[in-house]
Amino acid sequence: MSEPDPKPPAIEDPDLGLQLIPDQASEYAAAVDYLYFALLGVSGLLLALLFGLVVVFAVRFWHGVRRERGPGLAESRERRLEIGFVLPLTLSFLGLFYWATELYVDLYTPADPDITIDVVAKQWMWKVQHPDGTREINTLHVPQGEAVALRITSQDVIHSLWLPAFRLKRDAVPGMYTSAQFTPTQTGTFRLFCAEYCGTDHARMRGKVVVLSRADYQQWLAGGAAGASRAQEGGQLFQRLGCSGCHKPGSSELAPALEGLMGSTTELADGSEVVVDEAYIRDSIIEPQKQLVAGYQPIMPSFSGQVSEEEIMQLISYIQSLGNGGKND
Amino acid sequence: MTSVAESPTVAGEACTDDYLSGGWSIRSWLLTVDHKRIAWLYAVSITVFFFFGSAAALLIRLELITPAGDLFSAEEYNRLFSLHGIVMVWFFLIPSIPATLGNFLIPLMVGARDMAFPKLNLLSWYIYSLGGLFTLAAVIAGGVDTGWTFYTPYSTLFSNSAVLAAAVGIFIVGFSSILTGLNFVVTVHTMRAPGLTWMRLPLFVWANYATALIMILATPVLATLLLLVGLERGLGIGIFDPALGGDPLLFQHLFWFYSHPAVYIMILPAMGVISEIISCFSRNPVFGYTGMVISIMAITLFGFVVWGHHMFVSGQSMYAGILFSFFSFLVAVPSAIKTLNWTATLFRGRISFTAPMIYALSFLELFTVGGLTGIFLAALALDVHVHDSYFVTAHFHYIMVGGAVTAYMGGLHFWWPKLTGRMFSRAWASTAAVALLIGLNLTFYPQFLLGYAGMPRRYHSYPDDFAILHVLSSLGAGVLAIGYLLPLIYLSWSLRRGEPAPPNPWDARGLEWQTMSPPPVHNFKETPVVTGGPYEYRE
Ligand code: HEC
Ligand SMILES: [Cu+2]
Ligand SMILES: [Cu+2]
Repeated sequence: MSEPDPKPPAIEDPDLGLQLIPDQASEYAAAVDYLYFALLGVSGLLLALLFGLVVVFAVRFWHGVRRERGPGLAESRERRLEIGFVLPLTLSFLGLFYWATELYVDLYTPADPDITIDVVAKQWMWKVQHPDGTREINTLHVPQGEAVALRITSQDVIHSLWLPAFRLKRDAVPGMYTSAQFTPTQTGTFRLFCAEYCGTDHARMRGKVVVLSRADYQQWLAGGAAGASRAQEGGQLFQRLGCSGCHKPGSSELAPALEGLMGSTTELADGSEVVVDEAYIRDSIIEPQKQLVAGYQPIMPSFSGQVSEEEIMQLISYIQSLGNGGKND
Repeated sequence: MTSVAESPTVAGEACTDDYLSGGWSIRSWLLTVDHKRIAWLYAVSITVFFFFGSAAALLIRLELITPAGDLFSAEEYNRLFSLHGIVMVWFFLIPSIPATLGNFLIPLMVGARDMAFPKLNLLSWYIYSLGGLFTLAAVIAGGVDTGWTFYTPYSTLFSNSAVLAAAVGIFIVGFSSILTGLNFVVTVHTMRAPGLTWMRLPLFVWANYATALIMILATPVLATLLLLVGLERGLGIGIFDPALGGDPLLFQHLFWFYSHPAVYIMILPAMGVISEIISCFSRNPVFGYTGMVISIMAITLFGFVVWGHHMFVSGQSMYAGILFSFFSFLVAVPSAIKTLNWTATLFRGRISFTAPMIYALSFLELFTVGGLTGIFLAALALDVHVHDSYFVTAHFHYIMVGGAVTAYMGGLHFWWPKLTGRMFSRAWASTAAVALLIGLNLTFYPQFLLGYAGMPRRYHSYPDDFAILHVLSSLGAGVLAIGYLLPLIYLSWSLRRGEPAPPNPWDARGLEWQTMSPPPVHNFKETPVVTGGPYEYRE
């Protein structure tokens, strides 16, 4: 298996002062804040109404005030009052629901990213690898103005990546890929937290996001002196693990050719079809017999326990880099 | 209730055959099948757990005064908040109002001599105590560090703490909930006094009835879940851990399928208490009784279809998220109706600010803030930001402490004369009620700000910038402690020295007030006949 992980660096919280509204480091962050303000407005109004009524009633109808109190609210008014209150309330709830859902859908169905960064969580650190192979721990460098997708998983328990300045959070779930995408608009240093309780040092699983201008980001990558890109590392693994013995380039005799696999549709032995994504490839490596490709023998061994989560991500990057070798489109 | 056969004679009655006069021997308590004594068994047990859980909370707040984790180690801190959550949820909040006030009052309110199954009632207290012992064992064995949520695969394969002992404790205590629920449902269905139709039931009974339904329907899911956790942790059978071929999200679905309705187990009885108090001290019938009943049942029903709002960032599908968000907005509507109707009940009343009323009005403020911030959390894009942050912590403490505990305190004061036959010190009680209101807001309001600012939950140490808000919150916890310790002192004191209470000190209309204080062993000399609704304050 891979070399042991280096120790995480000491925590250096970016010194931002107390921001009740955190930095808006993306347009999406600003959009979420508008929703927040709208909700604050609606709640403020309702609270003011409630407190106003309670105070007025408390004063006017205090038992010490010796005044004729008049007949009580007739039950016949009940329906009218309830409906008169609930209808506008429900309508404004529906409006807020629609607004919040629209933003959520935007977040979950992003356009194609400019760059995909891999994030593997473990007790208790965030391991990050950039496409060019550069690695970092508990810090995430990203270029300003580019759509950055994070491909997130965990190698042990559930964690959750929270970037408050981007109003963004996604759980890192073992055995599963989740993704989060954002486009930083502002350079600077922001916070990064683990938000899902994950054991002893949960609170120390925090770090920072550094947004650099495109040029600075390139320079920063160059300074990292990564020997090989993520896909090249995947290619080396493909050789070393013996994948290439069966999956020969351009041949689909013994095993399916992997060129153009990502995003294509594969027919399975049971007749069903799947669209190939990261999770499918991960399954193919860890549990090859679970989804057998039509027309092949179940000879592919499981690599469970032999490859780390980062290595699986590198293999995926490699297969992705094989591009359109001829399959499908 | 207008007509109760024996009510005129009550006042002159010598209090020799009240339920407490049966003796104070240990035996007379531990082997009793009287619902009123069982209520006391529960009251004492949950109070012990409450102070246990509160002590943990105070230590947590002490640790958080400074950004560095200096008072406790991370492991100790994690055990503290896990203990706090587990004890407060299962050993205090869930039994709190139903098992004490509910147990004591439901037979009285329906005009019955006891619960439908008195022995089962006692058994459920023993089951509760057994569960409590296991939890105690878990603490002695070093504590649990999974949080009250027991998320897998952390709880099943990674935690080195007494997870099994704690899970067994909760598994057991679940059965006491189920039995209590069963007893309530059967009692309300079969033992109502002549003339006491469903639509004449006090809202407190309706609320506990609905709670009982949730207890019966949801608790078995929790039991199953804990069993599965035990199988994975104890025998390594893969259910939730993907490394063993399991699915970690399955755990969350099952957990919240129970735990979201559990929130209503805590808040519905509280709503029942508030209806009784506000009506009595504004001398008005509860406005919109029918709407209140419908709201209670609507909350019960909708409460079962919103669990996925705890999982908006968990990897659950986007479409599931949208559906759960939609239902979560809807479930807020009946709660809003209730708040409206409580406020309208004050209109043209004769309002007196007794201690129970101060608690009830505090509830109105706290519950509304808690409920409105629930809307923030139901709104998908906002939840993505504040999920698992202090915003959530603040929200559910407003509901559970601000709502459920405040109502419990209000109810305890309201019915104290009936429970004990003694009056408490009004001045001290009002002071405590105000301290509670201030303490709660001071403790939890800053946590909303912390959450949006970016402070995650369950953090032992945190960035320096958040310190000021944490200090305020800890200060509030100090005030809160006073608000809880005071009643412990003056209520205990009143047990022996308090003025004897008349049968109906608040001039209330409920059936429970038509018998003496404390009630006789069999509640009523003769079965009462009911001829009117429970809130005929205007005559
Ligand atoms: C012993 C030969 C053998 C080895 C070694 C092998 N595979 Fe495979 N692989 C197969 C066969 C046969 C199939 C098709 C049947 C199946 O789905 O299991 C397959 C299927 C796949 C698929 C799914 C392809 C599709 O069209 O859907 C992927 C992805 C894959 N292998 C990746 C790898 C990787 C990565 C490695 C190395 C870690 C590897 N394989 C090693 C034989 C092999
Ligand atoms: Cu964590
Ligand atoms: Cu919930």
